[in-house]
Amino acid sequence: MEIARHWRLKQQRYGLVGEVCPHCDVKIFPPRDVCPECGGEAKTLYTFSGKGEVYSYTTIYEAPAGYDETAPYTVALVKLEEGPLVTAQLTDVDEESVQIGMPVEMVTRKLRQDGDERGMLVYGYKFRKST
Amino acid sequence: MPINKLPRGVAIVGAGMSKFGAFPDKNGRDLFVEAYKEMTRSVDKGLDPSAIECFYLGNFSSDLFERQGHTAPLLADAVGLTPIPAARVENACASGATALRQGVIAIASGLYDVVLVGGAEKMTNLPTADVTDTLATAADVPFEIAAGFTFPGFYAAIATAYMARYGMKPEHLMNVAIKNHDNGALNPKAQFGVTIQKWMEGRVAAALKKGKPAPAWSDIWDFLHDDSANPMVAWPLRLFDCSPITDGASAVLLVAEERVREFTDHPIRILGSAQASDAALHDRADLTSLPAAKLAASRAYEMAGVTPKDIRIAEVHDCFTIAEVVASEDIDFFAPGEGFKAAEDGMTAREGAKPINTSGGLKSKGHPVGASGVAQAVEVWKQMRVEAGERQVPGDVPLAMTHNVGATGSTCVVHIYERRD
Repeated sequence: MEIARHWRLKQQRYGLVGEVCPHCDVKIFPPRDVCPECGGEAKTLYTFSGKGEVYSYTTIYEAPAGYDETAPYTVALVKLEEGPLVTAQLTDVDEESVQIGMPVEMVTRKLRQDGDERGMLVYGYKFRKST
Repeated sequence: MPINKLPRGVAIVGAGMSKFGAFPDKNGRDLFVEAYKEMTRSVDKGLDPSAIECFYLGNFSSDLFERQGHTAPLLADAVGLTPIPAARVENACASGATALRQGVIAIASGLYDVVLVGGAEKMTNLPTADVTDTLATAADVPFEIAAGFTFPGFYAAIATAYMARYGMKPEHLMNVAIKNHDNGALNPKAQFGVTIQKWMEGRVAAALKKGKPAPAWSDIWDFLHDDSANPMVAWPLRLFDCSPITDGASAVLLVAEERVREFTDHPIRILGSAQASDAALHDRADLTSLPAAKLAASRAYEMAGVTPKDIRIAEVHDCFTIAEVVASEDIDFFAPGEGFKAAEDGMTAREGAKPINTSGGLKSKGHPVGASGVAQAVEVWKQMRVEAGERQVPGDVPLAMTHNVGATGSTCVVHIYERRD
């Protein structure tokens, strides 16, 4: 089912690969080839460190299809130390302890299962508490 | 960049909407016919449909909700308007106001004199999980939805950031839900036209009827804090913080200023029309405000030549209670961080200084996404012409505003209206 839709995002999903603008040095994630700051072409790949902190968060109780097995789960906007915000699930964390500013780091985990038990497993980045 | 005035005046001369709710016996077309007929009846001097030259339809996703694309000509045919040009406009939950703005632009350009603007969405064919998936297509699917976010989740993250900055508590948001249900209870078109007090009493009565023990809620605050009555959807947002899944349609008739008197002596003139776009939520510098909404509002004020204090009422996009709080600040009714206090103090109630969502808002009236933006204009039309019945605000409404948002603010459309008798 729509394997190419996930396959073409493998660098972003597994490696947190974005871009850096050669003109103004802004780091870009998700990548978009045009710098959102200066408007110049920005196709230089850049691998983020995967370190950041929780910028905002929520715990999802009513989960969409493909995610309901793990509900409730906590999702966050993570401010990467290089600047951009990344939308991601938090993992290996007690939801009660999550707060804005909590340091986190990227890990690779199963994101969802498409369809039934024979459906494709989608892997990608999540973030866990770091010290 | 200076804001251009509309090069030609545009006014609403008729407005109508279907009942909002869940209607297994009706499709989007049926609902639009209902809205169109009410609109035609509202034109004071009568409407000859052959005067209508063009039709814009706000609709988010008939393709996924109804498995029906190419919706605009089908709806035009359903009300007997073919062969006039018909076009569907899609901007997620802001589709309706975006269609309205296209109608305004079409007349202001001089190309047409009489334009029909509609909105329609039939959402309840699908089970809730599929509705959620369909709405999710309004976000950045590969980078936001893949993480397991939902729309309640996005607005919950906005609420979390807002609470951290301004000291708001989740309880403050309940004021918005209570107020909008109070208004919706007076709107015969509302999906959940019942106060939260009545809702709670209904739950108690239903339990007793089934021979079960009556829940012991001491008051509506107790009810709203009960996880079984008001379950958590995405912390801090509970069920009563969320707008419902709705079927519904709406319609307004726009006419060039010089021809208005053929239709009515009580038109509602569109003084300002502005729209702005933004990136997904993860590309914002700040989550406590929607930059596209602030920009659209400031441009609409400038185009109209009025200030926030001149605006008597506003219909804002309360897809979630936090969205109304943020909207009330983005349109500059209240300073940043003051919106939740204004709601608590009753300033946004019908009798307050700045009534917001007299219709019941998306929360109580319902949110058929493509229809909502046009339905906001229908409410403003009724209030300004003193036709809102029991929910009529006290005093004159010379100026009003509508604020319609797509997704988490990737689109915002703001209109300012003036009564011109």
